[in-house]
Amino acid sequence: MSRLDINKTYKLYIGGKFPRTESGRYYTVKNSKGNLVANMCLASRKDFRNAVVSARKAQVAWANTSALNKGQILYRIAEMLEGRKEQFINELILQGESAKSAKLEVNTSIDRLVYFAGWSDKYQQFFSTVNTVSSLHFNFSNLEPVGVISILASENFSLLGLISLIAPAIVGGNTVIVLASESKPLSAISLAEVINSSDVPSGVVNILTGKKSELFSQMASHLDVNSIIYCGNDENIIKSIGELASENIKRTVFYEKNDWNNEFYESPYLIEKTQELKTTWHPTGI
Amino acid sequence: MQKKEDKNIFKASWKYSEAKESTDHIQIQKKYELYIDGKYTKPIKNQYFDTVNPSNNKKIASIAEATAEDVDVAVKAARKAFNGWSSLPGKERGKYIFRIARLIQERAREFAVIESLNGGKPIRESRDIDIPLAANHFFYYAGWADKLEYAFPNRKPKPLGVVGQIIPWNFPLLMAAWKLAPALATGNTIVLKPAETTPLTALKLAEIIHDSGLPKGVVNILTGAGETGACIVNHSDVDKIAFTGSTAVGKFISKAIAGTKKKATLELGGKGANIIFEDAAIDQAVEGIVNAIFFNQGHVCCAGSRLFVQESVADLVIKKLKNRMATLIVGDPLDKNTDIGAINSKKQLSTIENYIKIGLNEGCEIYQSECNLPKEGNWCAPTLFLNVSQSHRIVQEEIFGPVLTVQTFRTISEVIEKANNTPYGLSAGVWTQNGAKIFHLTQKLEAGVIWANTFNKFDAASPFGGYKESGYGREGGMQGLNPYIKFE
Repeated sequence: MSRLDINKTYKLYIGGKFPRTESGRYYTVKNSKGNLVANMCLASRKDFRNAVVSARKAQVAWANTSALNKGQILYRIAEMLEGRKEQFINELILQGESAKSAKLEVNTSIDRLVYFAGWSDKYQQFFSTVNTVSSLHFNFSNLEPVGVISILASENFSLLGLISLIAPAIVGGNTVIVLASESKPLSAISLAEVINSSDVPSGVVNILTGKKSELFSQMASHLDVNSIIYCGNDENIIKSIGELASENIKRTVFYEKNDWNNEFYESPYLIEKTQELKTTWHPTGI
Repeated sequence: MQKKEDKNIFKASWKYSEAKESTDHIQIQKKYELYIDGKYTKPIKNQYFDTVNPSNNKKIASIAEATAEDVDVAVKAARKAFNGWSSLPGKERGKYIFRIARLIQERAREFAVIESLNGGKPIRESRDIDIPLAANHFFYYAGWADKLEYAFPNRKPKPLGVVGQIIPWNFPLLMAAWKLAPALATGNTIVLKPAETTPLTALKLAEIIHDSGLPKGVVNILTGAGETGACIVNHSDVDKIAFTGSTAVGKFISKAIAGTKKKATLELGGKGANIIFEDAAIDQAVEGIVNAIFFNQGHVCCAGSRLFVQESVADLVIKKLKNRMATLIVGDPLDKNTDIGAINSKKQLSTIENYIKIGLNEGCEIYQSECNLPKEGNWCAPTLFLNVSQSHRIVQEEIFGPVLTVQTFRTISEVIEKANNTPYGLSAGVWTQNGAKIFHLTQKLEAGVIWANTFNKFDAASPFGGYKESGYGREGGMQGLNPYIKFE
């Protein structure tokens, strides 16, 4: 007798919980044979707004968590992912990747997490400066997180692309709301389960599944979001995001190439893109 | 009676003798053309506008107005110059920029006088701050030109191409320097537009650029108003827009370039909080308040225009502030005694006066120091608004004049929340003798520049720029190179 598999119900990840979309809507992911793989939540604008509330609430405490601790939490995500490697490889295969590329993507994803975990207590030293001004002042510049970031994840690298953006954003003290790859959404929600068991505080990472076309405008226009990152090359979406983001001078970052295997993306400059620079002056003359 | 005497102690019983800066050595032409491709060029549509002295509203010179056609010619000149300029060895590029710095120093007095004539700022400020800082800025970035790879480890920095730069009227030459110096050091070519009301020092800078032997087309200077700026923003062959000005225009630019390959840096408005704790050195703090809001007539995007005083010392601080305000001399920008010069334009004066009306209509208590304002020209007495609250428009909106709102607070968390409760995030000030409190506040305040026990300090080596709706990108320091490069 063969045993009947237990299929997973994929839900959203908001504020450290796994709710279904408040809209009750869904969309289907099918395998290459046309069989159902999963019914995914079709997240609504309201789900996004709820996620912003969670992300905002979590941001300051997360930014104030020590750099050492944040680094260890990122490393913990990598540990958890390592332990569930097979599941992630299988999910990528289910969504159409070859076994070889699935394995490579999962391995690279884990390594990239470790890479950014290591930057946690170092990137500040790389980007900060003591500025030798001509007057009697001590003057220094250091990075601070931009705050809450909307991320429209890469469509193809549904795990590696996601991790390559979440890791630098959160290691830099930001909180994020991610819209997963629309066509390959499984890894994102499984990653949410990994994140949820890795000491990442509730609300630091929020993950939605749904349609880019429905959600991007809200992600770009929401006034309590400080920055938006878009992966893709749809010119209309890029233009709309730019226009909507101008309403509150939101910082926009566009990744049009999305070759996330490239080592170019293993770089502290990705962290810098999620940061503000603050300069502080104090007199030294007495 | 007693009260009146108290007040007069601070007002000198004698008058300062006039100490007017001479204008004999200043050369200003009657008419200025556009500076394109290394030549002074008549505007294609042959239109000119007047530039005036805001302290008497008399005409100084006729200024060419660049239209879309001129912008196109200038962008083409900049494009043509780009390959040569960007492929020059950094060392050679740097030498041109060093030359510009030196030429400004040599002509510093002339520039200071013209800056005050055309913009209305006190000669003491243009002489001691604007012009020297402008020269320093060129000197600072000149030294970066051959060291760029040290600023971006593991990356190959490349220039962006043709940069459109649009600058404001509050620090005309200094803003030109902030824009030009890093763009030149990184190998870009430039179309620069000074503000409509203050074109003169930028046009004098064109003379210096010409004298420096900088290859033609590398820097083009176009005068005009907002329409000229819009033509630069919308020109299809411009790779980047660097803008300093109002948040409203910044949003317009950001929207206009959406979907294009153009990059932008925006240095926009502010409503800086200046926070005085009970354990501050009060006399120094009062000087700091004055410098924060009355420097340059309050025409400063990073002005400390919202004062927060801890309740226990509020009466004392406000009394001392009023006394100090009584000694401020408002008047002729060219007089070396002057503390507060002319408001930059009639238009800006009416904006400020309108906000003062709004404040009065909102029921706020006004205090203005007694001073004899000259009859002609644009003037505004230093102004306080007391009994204001967060919701008042004069607390929320940028006035860009010598108008300070005063609020009190009791606890640290209260003042942090109030200070951050604004869409802006350019600057903030903190005054206390307690070190831990300083670092706590400087970390919590959402602003790009924090002055602790000081205010309104600037330096070429110090990055400047805003959080939130005060814009993005930094000017000054090593980080000021970022907006002008891309990675290969």
